[in-house]
Amino acid sequence: MAELIVGAIEAVLMIFIGLNLAVFLLYFERKGSALIQDRVGANRASITGLGRKLGLPNLGIINTLVADPIKLFTKEDFVPAGADHFLHTLAPFIALFPVMITFVVIPFGDTITFGGRTFGLQAAPLSAAALYLLATIGIGVYGVSLGGWASNNRWALLGGIRATAQMISYEIAMGLAIIAIVITYGSLDLQAMVRMQGGVWFGWLPRWGIFVQPLAFILLLTAGIAESKRVPFDLPEGESELILGYMLEYSGGKQAAFMLTDLAEQALVAMLLVTFFFGGWQVPWLYRDGFHLPGGAIVALAPLLVSIAGVVAFLIKVVILCSFMGLIRWTLPRFRYDQLMKLGWKILVPLGLANILITAFVVVVAGGAH
Amino acid sequence: MPIALFWFLAAVSLISAFGVVLQRNPLHCLLALIVTLLAIAVLFIGEDATVVGFLQAIVYAGAIMVLFLFVIWLLNLRAEMGPTGHLGLKLFGTIAVAAMFAELMAFLLPPHLQIKFAGHAAGYGSIDSLSQTLFSEYLVAFEVTSVLLLVAVIGAVALARRSTASEIQEHAADNARKERSAAQ
Amino acid sequence: MMVPLPYLMALSGAIFAIGVLGFLTRRNILVMFMSVELMLNAVNLAFIALGSRLGTMDGQVIVFFVMTVAAAEAAVGLAIIISIFRGRETVHADDLTLLRW
Repeated sequence: MAELIVGAIEAVLMIFIGLNLAVFLLYFERKGSALIQDRVGANRASITGLGRKLGLPNLGIINTLVADPIKLFTKEDFVPAGADHFLHTLAPFIALFPVMITFVVIPFGDTITFGGRTFGLQAAPLSAAALYLLATIGIGVYGVSLGGWASNNRWALLGGIRATAQMISYEIAMGLAIIAIVITYGSLDLQAMVRMQGGVWFGWLPRWGIFVQPLAFILLLTAGIAESKRVPFDLPEGESELILGYMLEYSGGKQAAFMLTDLAEQALVAMLLVTFFFGGWQVPWLYRDGFHLPGGAIVALAPLLVSIAGVVAFLIKVVILCSFMGLIRWTLPRFRYDQLMKLGWKILVPLGLANILITAFVVVVAGGAH
Repeated sequence: MPIALFWFLAAVSLISAFGVVLQRNPLHCLLALIVTLLAIAVLFIGEDATVVGFLQAIVYAGAIMVLFLFVIWLLNLRAEMGPTGHLGLKLFGTIAVAAMFAELMAFLLPPHLQIKFAGHAAGYGSIDSLSQTLFSEYLVAFEVTSVLLLVAVIGAVALARRSTASEIQEHAADNARKERSAAQ
Repeated sequence: MMVPLPYLMALSGAIFAIGVLGFLTRRNILVMFMSVELMLNAVNLAFIALGSRLGTMDGQVIVFFVMTVAAAEAAVGLAIIISIFRGRETVHADDLTLLRW
């Protein structure tokens, strides 16, 4: 019973972290993009104008984090004429649900010891967590497609069809990358994979996944960005072509749900990349009893501090990776539809298969996993 | 698996199965089928068939149902309006199914079906044991299934594609030749 | 605490019966096809339940194969439905009477 309560608390915590990351990405959309593109960005809404008086640059926090949500949630909520009322209301939440429930299997720390009891810092310690990821990503297709269909609008339908085709194509590339990673680590469990990334090679190089599987990293990065329909793969919501694509007939809270799905899925992909390739919550050279620095120095730390350091390291890595994906978003132009499909099927799938072959060969020759 | 969870999942799957069969709009039928498939997937996981349960969610509910969805869009199927007729068929169909259901329950419900449950081996339903059995006892079936999938993909593409312009011309030329030889 | 086997088998039988009802009663080909998928899933559930109680992995492997064959059958069946629709513009089973006497 205690595990159930702890699991529930951790699940809520992970979803909370996920949503906060989505909000951070929203802030990055407005102000971070302004920084990248050398413009000012959103700066109209502010409370006292104090910053301007003091000559500080406007951080746009009130604008992005307070004014935008208020605008989104107080807009009129309508269903277009002739549309399927039930599906139109349900679609944003079908889209949001799988992303939210995927956050709970991601390990965000080692164990933590409170009052004599040890709790693992993973909300749902599934032994087949990698399959769970693929399952939820597969379910996430329906929200988008139903949103496009239920709008009774041919451009929304076109955006919905494009989005569905894109998502199912890149699901395959993502699955192949995950298979290669599973072969490398010999386990489907995410926490076990992160634990295997502790330790060092040659005395100083952390055993992170990216040094073992660089090709899988590129595959998963590309497939992940395509799954979350971010630029350069945002053809389903191409702003210059389909206005908002499948989100066309949505406004207010439902559009907020769709946008949140986009951003939360980007945060999810960042978390997956960190878990598989960047050591998850592992801090380089930090073991359970303290730092073992390459020079030979050992700095002892309390176990609680070690756990908290792991969680903080996880969050920092995820934020860095989210910003990297945001950087890609604001730098690259959009793919054309046939280029997108060609990339997904003709380039990523053969690369993924070749990666699996090479990985399996190396693992068998080297005698057992990692 | 706690028995309360089983009752909940059984109720969900039965209600959505009825939804598949009784809804007028094919898209609503599809959604009900997806809910049924996911409920059955959770039942699989509850029976310690972890990998197969997740595969059911990935393959069945995630891929095959998207195929159905695309076909519904392609054919632009709308809800069936008005009375659909066939009252005789529906009446006799329902009676036949009720009889079959009664017979099935008479066979499946009584406790004579209780098998001595000896507990699962460690790692039952994990991907290790599944692949052990799959690639040793069922290897031939596995290889034949992969050929089957290849044939199915080729067949589906061949059945569903439109004739190219050259094929339409060839077809017309063949017809013209047959008419000429029949007229002689 | 495992679920008693008769309950699982009864659920499987019930879903199968609902699938048969859908197949016999509805005249829309796609809904008939979905009822067939329901029947396949009911049988999958029965296989998994019995395999779990007997303690062998055979039930799960058979379900694996059933799922694969169902995928192949769905692909080919839907391709047939598409080509029928191209020729006849209908998915109502009553309009497809070409082979009838």
